This record gives sequence, structure tokens and C-alpha cells, in this order.
Amino acid sequence: MKSLISAALSLCVATTATAADWPQFRGPDQQSIANDSQPPLKFGKEENVAWKAPLPGRGVSSPIVVGGRAIVTATSWPKQDRLYVLAFDEKSGKELWRREFWATGRWFTHPTGANAAPSPASDGKRIFAFFSSNDLACLDLDGNLLWYRGLSYDYPSAANDIGMSSSPVVIDGAVIVQLENMGDSFAAGLNDETGEDLWRIDRKAFSCWTSPTLFRANNRNLVLLQSTDRLSAHDPQNGKKIWEYEAECAGIPSSTSADGKIYLPSKGLTKLDVNASANAPVVAWEVTQLGPGNATPIVQGDKVYTVARAGVLSCAAIDSGEVLWKQRMPGTFWATPVIAGKHLFAANQDGQVHVVALGDKPELVSTNDLGEGILGSPAVAGNALYLRSDAHLWKIAAP
Amino acid sequence: MIVRYHWFVMPLLGLVGLLPTHGAEPALPELAVIRQVGAKGAGNVAAAQAALKLQQADPKHLLDVLAAIDGANPLAQNWLRSAAEAMAQRQLQATGKLPIESLEKFLTDTKNSPRGRRLAYELIARVDGGAEQRLIPGFLNDPSVELRRDAVALALADAEKLLKADPAAAKTKYQLAYESARDQDQVKVASDKFKELGEKVNLPAHYGYLMKWQLIAPFDNIDDKGWDVAYPPEMELDFAKKYEGKNQTVQWGPYETKDDLGIVDLNAVLDKYKGAIAYATTDFISDKDQTVDLRLTSMTAFKVWVNGKLLLKSRAYHSATGKDIDQFVCRVELEKGKNVILLKICQNEQTEAWAQDWTFSARICDEVGTPIFSQDRTLEKTAAR
Repeated sequence: MKSLISAALSLCVATTATAADWPQFRGPDQQSIANDSQPPLKFGKEENVAWKAPLPGRGVSSPIVVGGRAIVTATSWPKQDRLYVLAFDEKSGKELWRREFWATGRWFTHPTGANAAPSPASDGKRIFAFFSSNDLACLDLDGNLLWYRGLSYDYPSAANDIGMSSSPVVIDGAVIVQLENMGDSFAAGLNDETGEDLWRIDRKAFSCWTSPTLFRANNRNLVLLQSTDRLSAHDPQNGKKIWEYEAECAGIPSSTSADGKIYLPSKGLTKLDVNASANAPVVAWEVTQLGPGNATPIVQGDKVYTVARAGVLSCAAIDSGEVLWKQRMPGTFWATPVIAGKHLFAANQDGQVHVVALGDKPELVSTNDLGEGILGSPAVAGNALYLRSDAHLWKIAAP
Repeated sequence: MIVRYHWFVMPLLGLVGLLPTHGAEPALPELAVIRQVGAKGAGNVAAAQAALKLQQADPKHLLDVLAAIDGANPLAQNWLRSAAEAMAQRQLQATGKLPIESLEKFLTDTKNSPRGRRLAYELIARVDGGAEQRLIPGFLNDPSVELRRDAVALALADAEKLLKADPAAAKTKYQLAYESARDQDQVKVASDKFKELGEKVNLPAHYGYLMKWQLIAPFDNIDDKGWDVAYPPEMELDFAKKYEGKNQTVQWGPYETKDDLGIVDLNAVLDKYKGAIAYATTDFISDKDQTVDLRLTSMTAFKVWVNGKLLLKSRAYHSATGKDIDQFVCRVELEKGKNVILLKICQNEQTEAWAQDWTFSARICDEVGTPIFSQDRTLEKTAAR
């Protein structure tokens, strides 16, 4: 019964988060877009900082904003085996609560990464905090623990000692995680209320850091799972494979979807059109020079944007793949940018946040130095930008 | 010889769900419920209800929650930690106080679990700004690696302050820090400083690395197919015999590493074989029946047997940074006398520059990381081990 109800509801909305929330990696519907938001275009260590909260540990995960709380994960200690979930009051920046856990899985990561690499997700009522050690804690908005899974406790060789970073997504009552690695490699859907397995499917035993992605087309929600050799679409309720597209795909940037089309980091960037009758993807175009580095593509209106690792922002027409312009942004980029209104905010690993005005021609409006490395994608809620740097959570908003 | 209850090897032996619960009998029924959480989400719903009830319990039960951590499985430990934090938060919001005296009593009793004690300290530190200076120096040789780490950090900071004014006192302090340090970063800082002050250290002995090995290679591992093949070293250990290896006849040979971290670089010792398998074996003479940690680091797939029993394995290749020690840990029950350790170290055929390492290191120590030596090992005498 639950699945029927949730499936019916999900045709309208995948989560119960409000429009003012940023409930997961890449925001509502994983679009990386807040069309109605207007964060400050210029800010710095002191300028337009509504508040700045110290964090007890490192992390490259994105903050999320839900129910008036800014939520962020972190990990500390030399082994990065102490896990934190922290909630801050969105308005004041006051720490409302923190919960700490001991990692039950492998905590090793590359020095540029952190155990707190996957971004948390929320359905508006609960927080699903995931870590590279494959610990997954579900808490309510007041910090009460509702369930806890140690996915490496269950499947001990599910690990990558360079780090895992796939962020969960919540679709139709299923918390979907993707653990692709050289050991126990799998994707799973967990019951959002109990944490128990709804389904679990084997994946290619090879390192991959992409995140499961909501794909809404033909009046149903699917979840896209991108491996290095294929993209597959699954029923989020039972994991059943609906279709599969075989191609060499990127292992870090994920796919994005808009209006029933998929923009897949493969052969540069590939646009897939999912044929309603055949229910299988058809290649609309492939453009080598649009290949993203680490950041997931963003689609807004009739344009698609990609960022190469070395900082070249490319804009292309979604109907043809024609590259319309390119804009150099200094730095090395790991974080997926966000678009708020008519501006793109891109944070580089040195903590400089470039603001680019989008249009027929790009304009680098400002470069805002926060002085601490940023590897997590920003969150946007209201007219504020939330940034997670090495040591702080920042709320950037005009006074 | 069996593996006890280390999380990594439990499923290997099918022990999940059969963890010992040898701690004190829980004082509250909710604690027993929480301790029942298990793999794959088992017991979560009941545990959530129990945790909510616990929050309303008398604050005196905070100690019972900490005590229940002892012997609980890692999932239950996290539930208990979360429950204790919620109880403490509620108490602090209501009264601004925590039961400091009883928490400190719990903390200083090393019979309590290291994690429970650490949590007790962290709760004390929330309301007592002087807790660090008052309590931490006493934990230099503590069984809690987290408490010990803080104590070593304080000792290092003290030594640094003394360095200019009183180098001799600084040296004594660095020696103390070095001998107590178990985390790799702290061992490096302390040993570097100690050496700068003119003293010798024996890092392999500090860690307990196994330095002397018998090696044999290469056996075929094209397409990773050697993983499942039981080559002769898995059947017998006869150092005089010759075997058919990969395109050549192979024979065991001795090797002693001089590396500070006990690393055996098979590319350098043998050859840069690709699609190959090497075996390494050594004896460990134990002075008694004892349970120890066997800690292994390997950039590639491996299997580990002790006295013929497969205890640890990983099929991952080049999925690590190579910066960290102790990648893989298992508890091993050694028998008094000779124990045979056998490693199977696999190399694949990846061609990328970052996928060429073929190394391993192994050490024997206790759960804190303090070395345990084979009885036939001779140790160089240094001011600090």
C-alpha cells in the first residue's frame, strides 16, 4: 500500500521538501538550479556573510537546507573515522544539534577528499547522511536517530580506499545509494522509514563516483545509475532495470536530466532522448568538447552548461549541442556549480567562487575569495548561498 | 586459531549477528533493545523507539548508556552514542549541568570500554573548560587510542615549548610522546624531532613490522585469474623445492626489508611483473597463546592465511593512496610457539603510471597498536624503540 501511495504522490513531487529547501546534492530534482533566487553577486570573508559556522571536521559534501535548518556532514580525526551530522539554524547560524558516530566501514580517502564526501539528502522530514565509509544515518530534523545502516558492515568489501563519494537520492520512499567499487559493488534502495532493503542489484566491480539521478519521463520516476561502461534506468521501488545504454561513461560527473532528456558525460557530452514507445534511449547528439571534468552538467532553459576540470565553462544549445560560448574561470574545480537566477556560481578548490552572468555572451562578474578550499557544491535557499569550505559553513546573503 | 569479532573479517567466517555481548547486563530494557540492532537494518525500528524513551530517562542513567557500549556491536555502539548525546543535550538544556563526578569516575576506570570512556570525556569537556589540562595528560598510555592521541598531542606541544630554553627536557618530552604515540602522523612528528635532537629510533620495532620474509614469484595472474588458483605455496611450504611459475621455474628466497614502515617493494625485490602473483611467508614465534592484531597494507589484491586458515582478503587493485598504514586489520589468535603467516600478493595488468605499485607491509600488535614481537626477533637498542 505504501508503495502505491508514494508512487501516486511521486508523479507530482519526489520529496516533501518545500520550495525554499535545497534537499540534496544539486538541489530540488537534482537540477542545480534556483531560478527565483538572487544571492549577492559580490561577497568575501567579511562581505555579505550572514553567518559563518565553524565545523568540527573536514568534508567535501554539500550542505543541504531543509525545514529552516542548514545541514552538513563532516569527519575528523587522523583516520577520518569520526562522523558528524550537524544542524544549524538557517537564520542565525546557531548550531541546533550535532550527532556523532564511529565509522563502521573503511574511512581511507585521498587527501583531497574526505569521509564526508557524499552529500546528505532529505525528504523534508528526515535526513539521510551518507559517508564514504558507507555509514548511512537517518535522523529526524531534531537529530533523533531513526535508523542506521553500515553498508560496509553488511558488505565488507564494498569500499574504495581512495574514497567513495556517491550521494544518495530519495525517490518515492526509497533512499537510493550507489556503491560502485572493486569489491562488493552494488546499488540499493532502502526503505526510508526503516532502513531495510527494498532492493539491491549488483553493479560492475570497478571504481566509480557518480551519484544516482532522478529521471522523470513518460509519467513515471526512474533512477539513473551511471557506471563507467553504461547508463541504466531502474524502477526506484524495486530496482528493476527498465533500459540500459552501453557506452564509455565518465566515472565522476553524473548525468543530469531535463524535460525527459538525459545529458550524459560520455564521449564528451551525450544527449539521450528516451523514446516513449521503445522506452529506450536514442542518441540525439554527442559533442566531444563539452565533456565535463568533475562537475555534473546543468541544464537551464534551452542551454546546457559544463565545466572542465581546469575551469573552462562551456555553454551549448540543448537542441543541437552547438557550443555557443566558452568562459575561462581560474582554478581547479571539483564542485558542481549552481545557477541562481541568471548567474552561475562556481567554487574552485582554492575557495574562490566565480560568478558568471549567463546570456548570449558570458560575463565573469566577480571572483570571491573565501580563503578556504571548497570541493562541495553550494546550496541555494531563498536569496542565500550556502558554501561548505574546509573548516566552515558559510551563509552568503545580503544584510 | 580463529578470528574473533573484527568487523572486516566477520562475514568471511559467517559470524555476522553472533557478536558477543559480554558487557554488563543493561540496566534499562531500552538498552537491551538497542543492543539487538544488527546487519541489514535489523532492529532499527525498535531501537528508534527505545532511543526516544531513553531521552526521557533520569539523567543518572547516562552512565548506563555509556556502560552499554561495552561489547555492543559497532552499529549498536552508534545508537548508544547517539542516545547518550541526546540525553546529555536534554539535560544541558534543562539544567546546564551534567553528572561530572560520575562521568569522571567512569572515564578513569580503564575496565570500561575505550569508546564509552572517550564519550564520557567529551561530555565532561562540554561543561568543564579545564578538563583537557586536568585529565588528558594522564592518558599517555591509555587503552583508548583517542584519549591517548590527545595526551600525545599535549606532550608534543609541551616539548615544542621547551625546545629552545631546555633542549634536554624537550628531548625527554619528545621521547615520552614518541613511545606513547600510536597514530602514524604523531609517530612521525615525535620521531623526527627526537632524531633531530641526536637520538636514534627504530620505527619498524615501534610499529612491530615483520621484516624478514621468504618470497616466491611469479605465478600467473593474467586477467586476475590467479586469484582463485591455489598455487603450490598454498598447499605446502618447502623452501628447497622448485615450481613451475609464470613462464619460468620459481623457488623461495629470503628477503629482509630495511624500510621504516616494513614495506616490501616486490617490483624492486623481484621484478616489475604484471599479471602476476607473489607469495610471502614468515614465522612468528609467540611466547604464549594470545590474541593479536595482524595489520596489513597492500596496494593490490591479497589473501592472508595464518596457520593455514584464510583470515583476510581483498580483491581491489590500486584503489588506495599508498599513504596510510594498517589498511586491513584482523584479530588473530596466535598459538604458543611457531605460527606461520602466508600472504598472496596479486598484481594486475593496468598500465597507468599510478597503477604500478606492488608492495605490502604487515605488522603484529595489540588493539592499541603496541608492537608484539616474535620471540626470535633481535632488536637494535635505541634510546626509544
